[in-house]
Amino acid sequence: MSELAPPKILKTENLSAYFGKFQAVKNISVGITEHEVQALIGPSGCGKSTFIRTLNRLHEEIPGAYVEGAVYLEGENIYLPSTDAVDVRRKIGMVFQKPNPFPSLSIYDNVVAGLKLAGIRRKSLLDEVVEKSLKQAALWEEVKDKLKKAGTSLSGGQQQRLCIARALAVSPRILLMDEPTSALDPISTAKIEELVMNLRKDLTIVIVTHNMQQAARISNQTAFFLSGELVENGPTKKIFTKPKDIRTEQYITGRFG
Amino acid sequence: MNRRVLGLRDKRRKLTNLLALAGLCIVALIAIAPLFIIFSYVVYRGADNLNLAFFLELPKGAGESGGGMSNALIGSFVLVLTACFFGIPWGIAAGIYLAEYKIGLTSKVLRFVTDLLTSVPSIVIGIFAYAVVVAPLKAYSALAGSFSLFIIMIPIVARTTEEILKLMPQHVREAGLALGLPRWKVILRIVLPGCLGGVTTGVMLAIARISGETAPLLFTAFSNDYGFRGMTKPVASLPVQIYNYAASNDDVWRAKAWTGALVLVSIVFVVNLSARLILKTRRS
Repeated sequence: MSELAPPKILKTENLSAYFGKFQAVKNISVGITEHEVQALIGPSGCGKSTFIRTLNRLHEEIPGAYVEGAVYLEGENIYLPSTDAVDVRRKIGMVFQKPNPFPSLSIYDNVVAGLKLAGIRRKSLLDEVVEKSLKQAALWEEVKDKLKKAGTSLSGGQQQRLCIARALAVSPRILLMDEPTSALDPISTAKIEELVMNLRKDLTIVIVTHNMQQAARISNQTAFFLSGELVENGPTKKIFTKPKDIRTEQYITGRFG
Repeated sequence: MNRRVLGLRDKRRKLTNLLALAGLCIVALIAIAPLFIIFSYVVYRGADNLNLAFFLELPKGAGESGGGMSNALIGSFVLVLTACFFGIPWGIAAGIYLAEYKIGLTSKVLRFVTDLLTSVPSIVIGIFAYAVVVAPLKAYSALAGSFSLFIIMIPIVARTTEEILKLMPQHVREAGLALGLPRWKVILRIVLPGCLGGVTTGVMLAIARISGETAPLLFTAFSNDYGFRGMTKPVASLPVQIYNYAASNDDVWRAKAWTGALVLVSIVFVVNLSARLILKTRRS
């Protein structure tokens, strides 16, 4: 049984997300396997970004927004009243659409921001984390001689990898990526895609993408969202070759969206 | 045919454009002329007495020549510094609240009150300081003067801090939250340091504003001829000294008032200018 259905590190159960009266995500139940890349695709406004933001409880930071249903991280519901969103976000990191390094912080301080602001000060440990995270984010070679420079002085693609390093530095179990390459040029995009595939061995990745080729290239599982609903979720190969639902087929063949 | 018509229209359009531009230039010149006239006149009347003694010596009696305004300079310094010591953190904290916790009735009310406070005539704030500090202590004091300047300062600092913090993109805050940092740490350690240039500018503009306030000091800090002798004693200040000297019958004093005005205007000028410079270098 366990071989047929590998354990899910992250599971949602009847998850709905609202902005005031508007329901952006409708009753979604989906499981994500450890050390896999789960892609979320769908046309603009289909709720995929809102969905990913419910997974680290960032959705609720928007005034008037709330969530119904449950998200289980390794079996524990992160939406229990007794659960602190801050603790959840330490285990589930996030990379955003626009590169957003912290202004006024150096490259070094950007990477260790999560640790430093949590009170970790040991220089040797921080140095180690900076090197390891930047290497994981494939940025180390480019910035190792200018760690004291402002994070915002880097190019867009480098900034995005810096943001990935910053998210990795707190060693999350899961990394959420919300269209991480949509603001980047093709070369930077290729670098980040490669990086995602390498990161798979260390953690689990959920990635929202507008780019279907990207989903096909880098993910193990693909979920297709439409109007806030999950149309279908399955192995990426299957979704792109033999989708079950006619709407999925129409979308991936470019008939709408 | 057609081309000629177009050419004529073209000429007319260009002429209208030129006239409009010239008109705007004249209006703009008229608007900024008073600043230059005032400043050059203050220099003309005040520069003669501008010497080291003016900064270092205490005032002499009416009719005597020599002496300076060191009492007023020290007094102003103490008043502004004390107001800043309490007003800057207070104003910044209020600004953070307004910008970062914007939902709910409290912040709406607070923003409205802050706006009201900005437009309250400063003499009214002076009366308030008189009522809550001078009357209970039964004495004019530096404390009462700083208190009124502090009140004037808070809304200015709060509102500029709010405006600057709002310029920080929301996704930077989200990045901080997504790292598992509590909201207050995201605000104090990431958002605020990123806005330091703008916040500093707001603070300096507030300092420039309170340095020149006269009305609220008239019956709070009052004045003296001997400089600073403790927070509970009356203290001189540049604007009040200028006011007193300018209203006197003594020619020497009136000349000194001009010099005082020159110094005050220069200080305000420099503070304003550096505030803008800081903002400019921060942006680029």
